[in-house]
Amino acid sequence: QDIDGVGPKYHLELVLEDVLHKDSTVNCTAEVLYHLGNTTAPDVQFTIEGEVKNTDEADNMFYNRTKSLEKELVGENIPDSHGNVSPEMEPVHLLAWVASGYVIWQNSTENTNFQLAQIKRVKQVKRSDEHLEFDYTILLHEMVSQEIIPWQMTVLWHPQHGVQVTQDSRQPKHA
Amino acid sequence: TSNMKLILIFSALFGASLCLETFVGHQVLRIKTKNEEEVKKLQLLESLEHLELDFWVNPSSPALPVDVRIPASNVQAVKAFLESCGIRYSILIEDLQVVLDKEKQDMAESQQRERSGNSFNYGTYHSLDSIYAELDHLASEYSNIVSKLQIGESYEKRPLYVLKFSTGGSNRPAIWLDAGIHSREWVTQASAIWIAKKIASDYGTDPSVTSLLNKMDVFLLTVSNPDGYVFTHTTNRMWRKTRSKNQGSLCVGVDPNRNWDAGFGGPGASSNPCSDSYRGPSANSEVEVKSVVNFIQNHGNIRAFLTLHSYSQLLMYPYGYKCTEPADYAELDALGKAAASSIRSLYDTAFTVGSICTTIYQASGGSIDWSYDNGIKYSFAFELRDTGRYGFVLPASQIIPTAEETWLGLKTIMEHVRDN
Repeated sequence: QDIDGVGPKYHLELVLEDVLHKDSTVNCTAEVLYHLGNTTAPDVQFTIEGEVKNTDEADNMFYNRTKSLEKELVGENIPDSHGNVSPEMEPVHLLAWVASGYVIWQNSTENTNFQLAQIKRVKQVKRSDEHLEFDYTILLHEMVSQEIIPWQMTVLWHPQHGVQVTQDSRQPKHA
Repeated sequence: TSNMKLILIFSALFGASLCLETFVGHQVLRIKTKNEEEVKKLQLLESLEHLELDFWVNPSSPALPVDVRIPASNVQAVKAFLESCGIRYSILIEDLQVVLDKEKQDMAESQQRERSGNSFNYGTYHSLDSIYAELDHLASEYSNIVSKLQIGESYEKRPLYVLKFSTGGSNRPAIWLDAGIHSREWVTQASAIWIAKKIASDYGTDPSVTSLLNKMDVFLLTVSNPDGYVFTHTTNRMWRKTRSKNQGSLCVGVDPNRNWDAGFGGPGASSNPCSDSYRGPSANSEVEVKSVVNFIQNHGNIRAFLTLHSYSQLLMYPYGYKCTEPADYAELDALGKAAASSIRSLYDTAFTVGSICTTIYQASGGSIDWSYDNGIKYSFAFELRDTGRYGFVLPASQIIPTAEETWLGLKTIMEHVRDN
């Protein structure tokens, strides 16, 4: 459907599957409105039928473990070349997925198809308040152009307050 | 107190514990402590030597799970204790002996393979040298049907090796299969070498492969872009293109799947050398592409052109450079769907079938468009696992399942080619 003067609008019906618990699915309907000129992120409205699994226990474990680390958490190449993610890094990987979803949304047009390819680097930034902060350099794979785009993002997280991307910027590609 | 409870329960079992050589019925539990008090309870448990508890991860802090092996006779009692204290646990290993027996079997099989000269692990990613060594090994182990040919050299002068599967004849109708034209798509080179082994070892035992090779030859190029592949190991895991130098640019490499003479220069490829879909200065400018073109044209009797890519789980036929249907659309679509169905039958992996242009994007200069427009009707491009969760960095544990299911799809197509 094309909305005159605004842009194309899509109505979607999809099924969301919990990546960690494959038998857990919820139905979702969404409306996506792209803006002509592609200078603003598309508007997205959605509703979910049913409940998403509660992850409080795992969230709190990761939160407490990370808060109590003496040295800041660091990592690189997650997953590694062979697709491995160490158990300690799995939550960091999942957090990157959520945060990159925001970055992808903000930069999507009708002609892009982004996926998170890899976390190049991640470094925890110690904070005096209750939030955890991570500075990520991720690689986004854009399917249509096949480009791998490095992107920096600063991510704030707290088990009860959710995820926030406070800063993000596209990085120059190496030759 | 609960400590007294502990001592009472376990002292009753003290007399009953046996000293066994095997681990039949031994369980390994993962215990998740919530606080210091629970850690202390586990440390007390640790101190009861007659239980013969073997802590794989000792209780030390509430943040870390505790893994412990429990002899069969004490399993129920330990669980009862944990439950009565409200301490959460899960079963990591139900019966340790089963795991050990399997491991012994795996090692025996591995040793058997080593004795017969083959210790190549198909379930892991390999360096170029390692893959090339395995090609030689297959050609020698199955020398009655497998031979290795060199069809050219890469930009950096690495050999381009093709395995020929043939039971004889002279210039029989043949099937072409290639992998790794885009070097970062590691599951394709890995699947190709598995498929090579499969074809070689199935001849004489599998009726379908046997009848196929009795009539036709198969040519398999396991690493189409060796320079790129080495680069993904040494420098940049995400490298896609060849490694050729571009005149007047600091950027290296051409997208070998935009370099074929099919709609070359059209939409769906870049003219910028720094782009990952750079088409190159002219069609067939890349020696990796030209070598295959020469081989196919000189052979003159290729009936199918099949190429492996990753990721997205797609099975596609021409065209990519234009969005109009190929003349053989109906047959290719039906065959594609049949192949996708075979793929799905094994692990329920779903592939979407369609032309390149309508399924993925418009892309000019692609290999199957060239092969189709040059008379090779059965031209298909596969995009293997997954759909984005790991993408190019697919875990090695998925190599063999991917190769197995892909092989079923390829077989369906090959059988149709054989019978038509």
